[in-house]
Amino acid sequence: MHELSITQNILDITIREAEKAGADEITAIYIVIGELSNYVDDAINHYWHLLGEGTIAQNATLHFERVPARLKCADCGTEFRLNPDSYLCPECESARIEIVAGEEFYIDSLDIEKSDPVEV
Amino acid sequence: MAKNIPVVQKVLSGNDEIAAQNRQLLDDYGVYGINMMASPGAGKTSLIEKTVQYLRNSLNIGMINGDIATTFDAERAQKAGAVAVAVNTGGNCHLEAHMIRDALAELDLSEIDLLIVENIGNLVCPAGWTLGTHKNVLVASIPEGDDKPYKYPGMYRGVDVLVINKIDLLLYIPFDMNRFKQGVEILNPGLATFVSILSDGGRVARLDSMDM
Repeated sequence: MHELSITQNILDITIREAEKAGADEITAIYIVIGELSNYVDDAINHYWHLLGEGTIAQNATLHFERVPARLKCADCGTEFRLNPDSYLCPECESARIEIVAGEEFYIDSLDIEKSDPVEV
Repeated sequence: MAKNIPVVQKVLSGNDEIAAQNRQLLDDYGVYGINMMASPGAGKTSLIEKTVQYLRNSLNIGMINGDIATTFDAERAQKAGAVAVAVNTGGNCHLEAHMIRDALAELDLSEIDLLIVENIGNLVCPAGWTLGTHKNVLVASIPEGDDKPYKYPGMYRGVDVLVINKIDLLLYIPFDMNRFKQGVEILNPGLATFVSILSDGGRVARLDSMDM
């Protein structure tokens, strides 16, 4: 349900940045989502059609880059993927673990269309 | 002409900005703010009620209660002795910084020492939205099960204090405390943890380490 609010935030940021760049239209939006941030692509896409209508972003395609959660053992240095059943190091069973990736949630870039400058 | 422009902005940066303004406002008035989060039924409102009863003679307490559709919890806090503002989110599953900004405008901050924000009962959404409070508190409870740190890592990772409520139910409910505390410790090393029983008068104890 929080995707409604998320989508509004994505729309606000992208329109602001696109207008700054003099865009006539936003054609694509590249969003990075870490596995540990609980956001659902489908729901964002769904709200996008409602909220984006009538804006320069209405035809934009949303691209989601999913970053898998990666953990690192502070004792033996092993890097491993998140296992929802246990966070212990699969090599040495240490509980001293750092989270090195998977918490991202940002707009990376936009594709825009702008009219060519008029030749004089 | 097609062009790619870099943005690299956190999706919730707008919320973070308002949260920073809320924090500034609280600091200007010397108000200490706490954001209480939990799943529905963990005991948030009961813990707030007991806390207010316990502290009301030494501190002026303000409350902001987030609720999807009722003001029932705000009334409980008010009855216990706090000045309460209810924020009805109209179905939204979490509080956002702008809701807190609006609620703060309804409170006389010069008359308040401690502000307790009761978030919506939910372990997913509230974790992403900072409000501008000084500490985030999570109330967990034994009947929820020992797998919650593994299912909701974002929530367990983002809090400053953990209260494990209904600890007396350990006697009746299968709950692997080792598994629970391993998950918590990895997500949030050294997290300040308390255990509580809120029925029957209410008791809270600090767990200096998670060894039980």
